[in-house]
Amino acid sequence: MSGGHSSYEPTSGLGKWVDSRLPLPRMVYDSFIAYPVPRNLNYAYTFGAMLAVMLVVQILTGVVLAMHYVASIDLAFGSVEGIMRDVNHGWLLRYLHANGASFFFIAVYLHIARGLYYGSYKAPREILWILGVIIYLLMMATGFMGYVLPWGQMSFWGATVITGFFSAFPLVGEWIQQFLLGGFAVGQPTLNRFFSLHYLLPFVIAGVVILHVWALHVTGQTNPTGVEVKSKTDTVAFTPYATVKDALGVVIFLLAYSWFVFYMPNYLGHPDNYTMANALKTPAHIVPEWYYLPFYAMLRAITFNVGPIDSKLGGVLVMFGSIIVLFFLPWLDTSKVRSAVYRPWYKLFFWLFVADCILLGWLGSRQPTDTYTLMAQFGTLYYFGFFLVIMPVLGLIETPRRLPNSITEAVLEKSAKA
Amino acid sequence: MKKLVASIAIAASLAGFAGVASAAEEHDLKALTEHAIEGGHFPILKPKNEDWSFAGPFGKYDKAQLQRGLKVYKEVCSACHSMKLVAFRSLEELGYNDAQVKAFAAQYDVQDGPNGDGEMYTRKGVPSDHFPSPFANEEAAAAANGGAAPPDFSLLAKARGVERGFPTFIFDIFTQYQEGGPDYIHSLLTGYTNAPEGIQVAEGTHFNPYFAGASALKMPPPLSDGQVTFDDGAPATVDQYARDVAAFMMWAAEPHLEERKRTGFMVMVFLVIFAGLVYLTKKSIYANKEH
Repeated sequence: MSGGHSSYEPTSGLGKWVDSRLPLPRMVYDSFIAYPVPRNLNYAYTFGAMLAVMLVVQILTGVVLAMHYVASIDLAFGSVEGIMRDVNHGWLLRYLHANGASFFFIAVYLHIARGLYYGSYKAPREILWILGVIIYLLMMATGFMGYVLPWGQMSFWGATVITGFFSAFPLVGEWIQQFLLGGFAVGQPTLNRFFSLHYLLPFVIAGVVILHVWALHVTGQTNPTGVEVKSKTDTVAFTPYATVKDALGVVIFLLAYSWFVFYMPNYLGHPDNYTMANALKTPAHIVPEWYYLPFYAMLRAITFNVGPIDSKLGGVLVMFGSIIVLFFLPWLDTSKVRSAVYRPWYKLFFWLFVADCILLGWLGSRQPTDTYTLMAQFGTLYYFGFFLVIMPVLGLIETPRRLPNSITEAVLEKSAKA
Repeated sequence: MKKLVASIAIAASLAGFAGVASAAEEHDLKALTEHAIEGGHFPILKPKNEDWSFAGPFGKYDKAQLQRGLKVYKEVCSACHSMKLVAFRSLEELGYNDAQVKAFAAQYDVQDGPNGDGEMYTRKGVPSDHFPSPFANEEAAAAANGGAAPPDFSLLAKARGVERGFPTFIFDIFTQYQEGGPDYIHSLLTGYTNAPEGIQVAEGTHFNPYFAGASALKMPPPLSDGQVTFDDGAPATVDQYARDVAAFMMWAAEPHLEERKRTGFMVMVFLVIFAGLVYLTKKSIYANKEH
């Protein structure tokens, strides 16, 4: 996968025999042992490893949960409680899986933020970035459908609200909504197909992850300086240098994850989901899971009609647009300098963007009032302004700081100062 | 803006007046109730934080308390509230032995069948049975209770919880606050009071400032002092009943809580040691490499 020259030398007879038939060990060796990575990678570069771990955790716990789960509108809620009460360590599996989804998203948001900060999406890594956005979209779909499966009140009403978005589209909207639901309302066909897709999509994610890693190993990693690798002294071998750093990052991450799984497993969930779905009883306040909240806030921020587009369609377009804009990021950023470290103004706008996303997330969890709606409108404006105005314009007018000539120079300068 | 000032004033008065003379409280409750009804956000009062034996990283259920809670459920609550997900066999976790559980189950009549003749029949309960419900179905429960079925008890302690608000919800991560359900149940059961003067309460409902859905609820105050006699000499007060039944409901909703926290401690110890070892490994690997 790494391209270039392979340094793998099988020593045993069996190793040579396999290598000349299916050089899988060679691929692993070249990709995860000898693979050269920039020597200055910091802990912001360890989220990829955490994500890989979380994908495996979710698939393993999910496969076992599926052995006990029943995708029936009458039995689903009870089967989940059966897992919690009567399946050996079922409570552990379910809490690992439910909180695992949240921690998967925590890791992916940090991973995306790292990419934004260090300009990881810039040429020649556009495809790498786009594959990442596709993985994120698949995660959102998987997470949403997974939340429907326990068939609690929030499962049902969340599914009703979110599939309802599609009805906003003119002409085809209602058809799409009914196609997704398998009927006119959320019901048995919906639950069945969501279960099927919830089981399928993680493997699609795994497939795209392989492409993502492949693309990464073709271009090589970026690094905090944003200066490309120029010589051998700029790099270290993946193992042990990056491996051990990743391992430490992963263990710390697992500590935080365990804190939630074992001590506050229901903190990130919603109490209403411990009440079985009831089509006749709407909860007082329908909220999506925390990782969708910024998008939900942007959806609700559009309270006005724009020409022929009514506020409902406008909100849906803004919500989808907020993800679609990410695909164009490599071409929206006009800066010649990659890393925010050398871009004082971009750095400021980046942190404002992070704050904006947190603010939108908080607003998404509130019942809308006039003040909150106005705040969400400003938040939405900045979200799109960051990508569509600041990114292209700033690259043209900002004076970056002096770049180091090489990674090695940057590293030696830093250690001379210390 | 006016609204904002009003809410700040109310928040300030909440903080300032807590624990002052009852006349002031009475006046306060009226203002808070009016404010809540106007804005449509309930409960009027946030649940009070109680001490629970099962809170925190080393939390354990107090078996005597769970047994008392079971007694309250059996003698009072179970007249209206089902508890479908809990099996008699799991009562062993409350400290009862095999024989006691068998005897307990046998007090209930359970419908079974059909038998060889195709008839349904009633038999004595056995440990593998779940608690029978007081009504034949949801509709019967609703019809007998003014239109809404009393909620099932099995998960209620996890299905209720009042939003904690900013910044408390952040502190909760570090204090491991997970007792919103029992706090809510205790506050609700002890919170019935006369509606403040001038506040209209719909017929057939009872004012309770802790109720999450409105200013009043259909359930009449279910507990009164002296209603249940405890064998262990615990006080026969509404507060004690409410506390014990809330703890019991937490157990019913989360029977593996102790095991979870115990396992969690071992996992945390392991991960901390492991993190230390990986850190030292990392340090030694990078010892001669500037990065």
